[in-house]
Amino acid sequence: MVPSVAYSTVATLVQIVLVVLLGPMLIGFMAKVKARAEGRVGAPINQPLRDLRKLLSKERLHARHASVVLPFAPMVILAATSVAVAISPLVTTHPLLGSSADILVIVYLLLTGSVAAALAGLDAGTAFGGMGASRAMTIGALAEPALLVAVVALSIQSGTSNLPSMISTTLTHPNWVSGPSRLLALVALVIVVIAETGRLPVDNPSTHLELTMIHEAMILEYAGPELALVTLGASMRLGLLFSLIANLFFPWGIATSGSILGLLLGITVLVAKTALVAFGVSLIEVRSAKLRLFRLPELLAGGFVLSVLAVITGLVTR
Amino acid sequence: MALLLLGLGCCVLAAAASALPRSRRVPVSAGLGAIGCAIAFAAAMRVLVTGGVESFHTTRLLPMIGLSLSIDPLGALFIVATSFVGFAACIYCIGYARGELQSRTAMALLMVFILTLLAVPVASSIVSLMFCWELMALSSMLLILTDQRHSREARSAALWYGVMTQLGAASILFGLLLLTVHGGGQTFADIRLHSTALSSTVRSFAFFLALLGFASKAGAVPLHVWLPKAHPEAPSPVSALMSSSMVAMGVYGIIRVGGDLLHGGTVWWWVTVAAFGAVSALYGALHATTSTDIKRLLAYSTIDILGLVLVGVGAAGALYDTGHPGVAQLAMMAALLLVVAHAGFKGALFLGAGSIERSTGTRDLDQLGGLIHRMPFTAALFALSACSIMAVPTLSGFSSEWLLLQGLLHGFTDRSTPTLIIMLVGVVALALTGGLTAVAFVKAFGIGFLGQARSPGAANAVDVAPSMKIAMALLVIPSIVIGVVPGLLLPLINRAATTGLATATPSPVERGTSLVLTQFRGTIEPAVLLAGLVLVLLIVWAVNRRLAQRSARRVDAWGCGRDVQTPRMQYTATSFAEPLQRVFADVLRPQSDVEVTHVAESQYYEQSLVYQNRVSDALEQHGYRPVIDAALRVGKSARRIQNGSIHRYLAFGFVALLLILVVLA
Repeated sequence: MVPSVAYSTVATLVQIVLVVLLGPMLIGFMAKVKARAEGRVGAPINQPLRDLRKLLSKERLHARHASVVLPFAPMVILAATSVAVAISPLVTTHPLLGSSADILVIVYLLLTGSVAAALAGLDAGTAFGGMGASRAMTIGALAEPALLVAVVALSIQSGTSNLPSMISTTLTHPNWVSGPSRLLALVALVIVVIAETGRLPVDNPSTHLELTMIHEAMILEYAGPELALVTLGASMRLGLLFSLIANLFFPWGIATSGSILGLLLGITVLVAKTALVAFGVSLIEVRSAKLRLFRLPELLAGGFVLSVLAVITGLVTR
Repeated sequence: MALLLLGLGCCVLAAAASALPRSRRVPVSAGLGAIGCAIAFAAAMRVLVTGGVESFHTTRLLPMIGLSLSIDPLGALFIVATSFVGFAACIYCIGYARGELQSRTAMALLMVFILTLLAVPVASSIVSLMFCWELMALSSMLLILTDQRHSREARSAALWYGVMTQLGAASILFGLLLLTVHGGGQTFADIRLHSTALSSTVRSFAFFLALLGFASKAGAVPLHVWLPKAHPEAPSPVSALMSSSMVAMGVYGIIRVGGDLLHGGTVWWWVTVAAFGAVSALYGALHATTSTDIKRLLAYSTIDILGLVLVGVGAAGALYDTGHPGVAQLAMMAALLLVVAHAGFKGALFLGAGSIERSTGTRDLDQLGGLIHRMPFTAALFALSACSIMAVPTLSGFSSEWLLLQGLLHGFTDRSTPTLIIMLVGVVALALTGGLTAVAFVKAFGIGFLGQARSPGAANAVDVAPSMKIAMALLVIPSIVIGVVPGLLLPLINRAATTGLATATPSPVERGTSLVLTQFRGTIEPAVLLAGLVLVLLIVWAVNRRLAQRSARRVDAWGCGRDVQTPRMQYTATSFAEPLQRVFADVLRPQSDVEVTHVAESQYYEQSLVYQNRVSDALEQHGYRPVIDAALRVGKSARRIQNGSIHRYLAFGFVALLLILVVLA
């Protein structure tokens, strides 16, 4: 049964609101898990949301040599990420514009966000901004192949690169999830997601030591409301990627029909699933130190090889 | 056909108009050239829309054999792309031409170059094709020499280009002649008719010979070495034409000979084409990320994109040969769409690079910076084209790469090993180049236009003439149209692809404005996505505006405790790409030198430090250099018997005569 447009619109709005709240909360949750694992109490889970509210009320400051790119980039980041969230199947397999929810669209919308952030890093003409932009783009360029090939591995199995269809075909073929191709792709995607969201061992989100920053160096020139937008964009990206990983490899619970109850269930299950992913990632973070920048290619190349293997095993076992 | 001939005639007139006095030469000549391109565009569009084939033959131009022209949808598509870029290049010239390019010879050559670019896709016999092809090579080679008085590199580039293109042309000619040995006539219609009767060895031989020549023109690695030398040295409108149209002629040739004239062959032909493509894509993308000369960067990125096109063509050929005409059609359409999209954004980027060079006096990214304040319009257009090449959704690069990936993805349905190899290699090439292209163009725009000026030239840049901006804006149109409403163009592309593959398969893409596959589940609606993006942008903008009570306060950038921040402290293009250069050092083989000079009193104190970093083409260094050196050595040793003494030469003649007599007796 294909749900009505009204239902899809509501579901899409729910997704956007959910990710806007969920992204920062997930970051707070991960900080909490890490704190507890290290024997500290840690800040409350909603601390990132409080930080955002604080930043929004601050004064806007622009670097002297910056151009329009600096204030414009956060809006592009938010727009690209929000559209990606809106069309992705997060709580329902029938979001508005679900037919356009090609996985490539999502990948390249996120790339658009990264490009905007990197350009903003270069805009003020400082050493740190350039360093952050250079490193972030390098990591992005090395993570991109693993991501795309892993995505192709999943698409070959489903016979389409349309995300809602991929998820609904997985629901009808539950044994795919435990197949070797899926598992290899899962490992590759986890590596990519860690790199793309700037978590340990790729980037340390809590560092402000000049030479180890990547994402933080890139956004160093932002302050006040614009910093809030950039930070919100980054956490929405994390929320989206965690939800997609959860849904691609464990799709159960997502609303497939047009019932309100299903939608509510979908929301609850999504929150639980992403919390679980976040828990797993923070355990990885607790147990690993940041890798040297020039050791990262090995990790990401490993991810790439795994995703190529995922394609090949997928072809062999079909 | 009459319309097209009229357009070509206009280009001839434009070339003749270069005889006018200096003050009127450029506007009249360029204006006539632009009109010629516009007419050719209309003629080609008509053929694409109606789908007919029109022919023309005259014995007046080439004696005895005659010049045969015939326009079909495949050729028409390439004319559409070329004439559009040609039109913009002519407009650009009005503001750009100065100094050497203003000379009589240069203007005439430019118009001849445009004329031949428009004629190659309609040449329909071997002699006509080779005539136009050679004229195209010759005119573009001389155009590279426009600025040779000031640039040694231009002379060397022209030499490289001349040698490579002549070798390529010889290879093409041999290949095509092989097809006539058994067939009879030299017109394409004859060859098409008789080619199936040829033995498979001859067909393969002919195809591979032609492939070598055409692939070299398309900048396929390892036959690409001329391209990153020649494209940067030519005047910018010429670079734009070379990079967006001339390289496409290589692709045209491969499709015309392999698909149309020979009706496909064995799957190994196409494995070769795709392998060429995948290697080129990777090699080009890697070098584009590390290039600091902006035009060289663009030239390498041309190798990258043309590589992806060849992957698409290879996939299409292989799928067609293994009996999947539907998917083959999809891959071919993707390749052709990428050619058209590339013509637009690469043309715009080269014109942008020309504007940068004109207003700052340099094309070295390490000397640029802050140009967005000085030339905002050019910056915006450059950014848009760069976004398109980076495959940002709702722009043309994304639509065409999405279509290509769909072709490869559904090509996996075939189960034969060679086809699967092509698809896998294609996917890997597409995946690896995606991120690298983003680095290259973030670097090109971010270092070139943002930040602070790194040289007095960049600090005092003056904005360029309006005609140059208009020309660039024109070339941004295809990026937006193909990006937002790709469906409008696809019926035309489909017609060209059917001609190229010689099939009658129904279009694999539904009619409409968006991209909807008919046989598979795959849709993107870029117009709707764009509406969504704009909507969110507006909402965020409005919220942001409401929150900010006052306009932003300007402060110094955070300097880590330092008081002074100079432009020299910024990242440069070299440092931006340094991490990737280090990661891919095995392929790029960068040469770095650090030279430390110590203070005379103590070697513990340094007086100066010079760091040099250079990435040259490793294939040229290790593949071509030894061959050239060997040839030079042979030439030198031949000198020993040629000392200029007439007696010795007479003796040689006598000995040779004796030897012949002995052998014959």
